[in-house]
Amino acid sequence: MDLVVAENITKDYVNGKVSVRALDDVSFTVDAGSFVSFVGPSGSGKTTLLNLIGCLDRPTSGRIQVAGAEISNLDRRDGALFRGKNLGFIFQDFNLVPVLTVYENVEYPLVMVHGVDRRRRKRKVMELVEAVGMKAERDKYPDQLSGGQKQRVAVARALVTEPKLVLADEPTANLDSHTAGIIIELMRSMRDALGATFIFSTHDMRIVAAADVIYTLRDGMLTETAHRAVVNEGGPNV
Amino acid sequence: MFKMFKIALRNLFRYKRRTILTTSLITFGVAFVLVFVSVTASFKSMMIGEITDSMLGHIQIHKRGYVASLDNLPLNLNLAPQAFKKVEEALTGIPEVETWSPRIKFGGVFSNFIDSTNIRLNAVDPDREWATVPLLSSRIISGDKTVKPGEILVPELLAKGMKVKVGDTAVVVATNEDGSVNGYQFTVSGILRSVTGPGGRDGYIHIEDGRRILRLEEAAVSEVAIRLESFDALRHVVARLEETLGKEKNAQGQPAFEIHDWTKLSPFYNIVRMIDVMTFSIRLMLIAVVLISIMNVMIMAVYERTREIGTIAAIGTLPGRILSLFVIEGLSLGVLGAISGTVLGGLAVMALNIFKIRFNFGRQQGLILNSGLDPADVLIVGLIVVVISVLACLQPAHRASKLDPIKALHQV
Repeated sequence: MDLVVAENITKDYVNGKVSVRALDDVSFTVDAGSFVSFVGPSGSGKTTLLNLIGCLDRPTSGRIQVAGAEISNLDRRDGALFRGKNLGFIFQDFNLVPVLTVYENVEYPLVMVHGVDRRRRKRKVMELVEAVGMKAERDKYPDQLSGGQKQRVAVARALVTEPKLVLADEPTANLDSHTAGIIIELMRSMRDALGATFIFSTHDMRIVAAADVIYTLRDGMLTETAHRAVVNEGGPNV
Repeated sequence: MFKMFKIALRNLFRYKRRTILTTSLITFGVAFVLVFVSVTASFKSMMIGEITDSMLGHIQIHKRGYVASLDNLPLNLNLAPQAFKKVEEALTGIPEVETWSPRIKFGGVFSNFIDSTNIRLNAVDPDREWATVPLLSSRIISGDKTVKPGEILVPELLAKGMKVKVGDTAVVVATNEDGSVNGYQFTVSGILRSVTGPGGRDGYIHIEDGRRILRLEEAAVSEVAIRLESFDALRHVVARLEETLGKEKNAQGQPAFEIHDWTKLSPFYNIVRMIDVMTFSIRLMLIAVVLISIMNVMIMAVYERTREIGTIAAIGTLPGRILSLFVIEGLSLGVLGAISGTVLGGLAVMALNIFKIRFNFGRQQGLILNSGLDPADVLIVGLIVVVISVLACLQPAHRASKLDPIKALHQV
């Protein structure tokens, strides 16, 4: 079943009299529960595409459906509501709230976005904190954690609301290769455990290798699509 | 909501030095305003008490036109006995009136048989006068604490100038309403300390002596001074008297009486107004301090935490909630400042009372203020700080809530 359907998406950025086309007539689908990578060189439109799927931006033309909802024209408030209900985000720089502990960072979306009661919150947060291996550090603040630990917390925060789709923009870019491998494995295991769909924008070949589907973008156009079988035979030309 | 306050407080103490500086600024502002308001309120109430309780009374009733000619002490504008009776009837019907004292006021010449000088005299019934202006007896710095027929209480400055002391004999000469002059010999029974304000340098004789000098056959009086059970009932009693006595008309069909509270009779009221304007200005300054300091902190907070705002917006935090987070932060800063300012202000007022600071006002020396924090003032100042704190962070908070998550996330 298609969780994401993008049809003929175009995104232009206008700066004064100059218009730059970041995405040009991009169409694709993403199956529910899959692990999908968008790869391509810098400026190819990966982050723009993730922003559009994540309701953070609107396409200039074309349609995007996520979880059966048309999201191309959601206003600011509806976009936030949709994100809170359906999406999880993992950022390259982790973006944890510095004044909150590990526990509180994971708890944050449940309190501020979903308004879940305390008992359910505690159960849910502890489940996720334990699942990402951060139980012992739950009372630590982000500045007391390593990069890999921060990204584990970010993964837990993205998954705590049981989103249908998790968007991860270069999630391993700021991690050493060993830690990056652990995070990728963590995300895969979480996908398997929770059934969430993961979409990445990445340069990391380990993520690409772990992906079910790889979409390659070049100059804003979708140039190549590869499925796991193809990947295993040599991978796309990233 | 509790979580939001917790996050707001943690964010505030993330920048400890800035928060402490801003809170200190608000604290000192609040403390200064409270001390100023407390000291001026105590000064005002002390001076009003001095003026009303030692000479004026709370309210005075005269014949129409008397106050406009007060400097001349016009005998032809005295209240006739029938008019005085009507005043007494009106006063009897008002429960808030504690007592009243009829006075005959006139000017005369005071002579110690060597020199002579002008004197303004109040001829009073001592029992009623002392009950109406209870601080009068404390102004008698030497001699008897009352005045009997044949005795005179002489103001301090006149006594010094004329070298008159208690027990001396003096003559008072006065012209009556018909223009005939009459003199009468008195024994100086006491010396009166001067106080600031009208009547502060008047002498006192018994009302019977006043009638005798002025050859008043009828029980006419110049004014009726009134003391109330509570000063707070002032406006209410004035209104009641205006309603009752306002019905009485003179031959020209105009109201026969005029009723004045102390504010219309004492120039100190202008000083009170000036103090009120100063208090208002000080409060405006506090508003400016709170507004500028909190706005500055919140603008900086939004600027420094743009990426964080982008993150919480991206994960689905609604714009209204982001706005609330920043408003609560500013509000907490204001509340912290208001509480610590109130504590500091309270301590400062306590210190003022312990050290008993003395001051002079006009001819009065060595006055000691007994200040106290009025809960109403604390509440008003606290409310000002809280409301201004919220207003000050609305613009930065609104800006935060409207930030584009994509741009915010890419802020370096």
